[in-house]
Amino acid sequence: MAKTAAGTTAMGPAGLAPGMEGVTADWSSDQRAFKNVPWGKAMMWIFLLSDTFIFSIFLLSYMTVRNSTTIPWPNPSKVFGLTVGGVEVPLLLIAIMTFILISSSGTMAMAVNFGYRKNRKVTTYLILLTALFGASFVGMQAFEWSKLIHEGVRPWENPFGAPQFGSVFFMITGFHGFHVSVGVIFLLIVARKVWRGDYDNETRGFFTGLKGRYESVEVMGLYWHFVDLVWVFIFAFFYLW
Amino acid sequence: MAHAEGQTHPISVYLWIWLLLFVFSFFSYMVDYMAFQGMLRWSLILLFMMIKAGLIIAIFMHMAWERLAMVYAILLPPVLVLVFVALMTFESDYTFASRQTFFALGS
Repeated sequence: MAKTAAGTTAMGPAGLAPGMEGVTADWSSDQRAFKNVPWGKAMMWIFLLSDTFIFSIFLLSYMTVRNSTTIPWPNPSKVFGLTVGGVEVPLLLIAIMTFILISSSGTMAMAVNFGYRKNRKVTTYLILLTALFGASFVGMQAFEWSKLIHEGVRPWENPFGAPQFGSVFFMITGFHGFHVSVGVIFLLIVARKVWRGDYDNETRGFFTGLKGRYESVEVMGLYWHFVDLVWVFIFAFFYLW
Repeated sequence: MAHAEGQTHPISVYLWIWLLLFVFSFFSYMVDYMAFQGMLRWSLILLFMMIKAGLIIAIFMHMAWERLAMVYAILLPPVLVLVFVALMTFESDYTFASRQTFFALGS
């Protein structure tokens, strides 16, 4: 970066210093540290950071009970396996759920993109498709829960091994499923707003009173991708480990 | 690239990442399907997990295009969880050792 006469580096597109110099400049500046970022997006990121700690602590407590039990841990590959046409397929339902959630993340990312292109119709359809994927994910989770409950898995005991398995399973997947369910509800609300043209007409929100903008789709997207992100970790640590 | 009005990137970027996420999810499912065990299993699971998480955060959540001031504020604090992981590993190892010692006495 070429130094200007004032001794500062050449400014970025929005008149902001790039790189590490930008970090110190942003954090030592007046009024706001997160330049270039709408406050709704910054707040969503901070909420997601706190949610990251919640899920981290759940996974940590899972690690602790699994590592300290003297009774063998149930084999998730078998517990979550399905028999299709007489053939035992390991983790089948979980694999399908993983692909569905990734697909919903893909449609959400494209919805954000079409939103910024002000393509109202395609954005609405993509958000609705995302919500549909999310709802089917929750449906499969409900199936999985009822299957395991039917097989005798309880938070305090199960027929497969260490009794902590049940409590960890219901707590972690339950909390994640709750996040997905809440996400589906908010997706439907955002889809309705996009469809009505709230973000084109800058209609003020009923709760915040702020002008409607397509940023809201991106902020919604951040939450949805986070739900997918958490599933990546649950899939790795709980189902595959 | 990043405009003042929001993140605008070509659709193909998202389709590629989508495809990559599918491929890596398939790989991690294969780890279980092929019943790899031991260090091979753990390292592959963690590798695919980190790649998938990185792709989602960097591209889908647009972190790759955000200013460093926010990237650091959001991504560095969770790294401290690793300290907690280390603490609880010691703690649970100790619990396991004492359970083996004292539960074994009764049998």
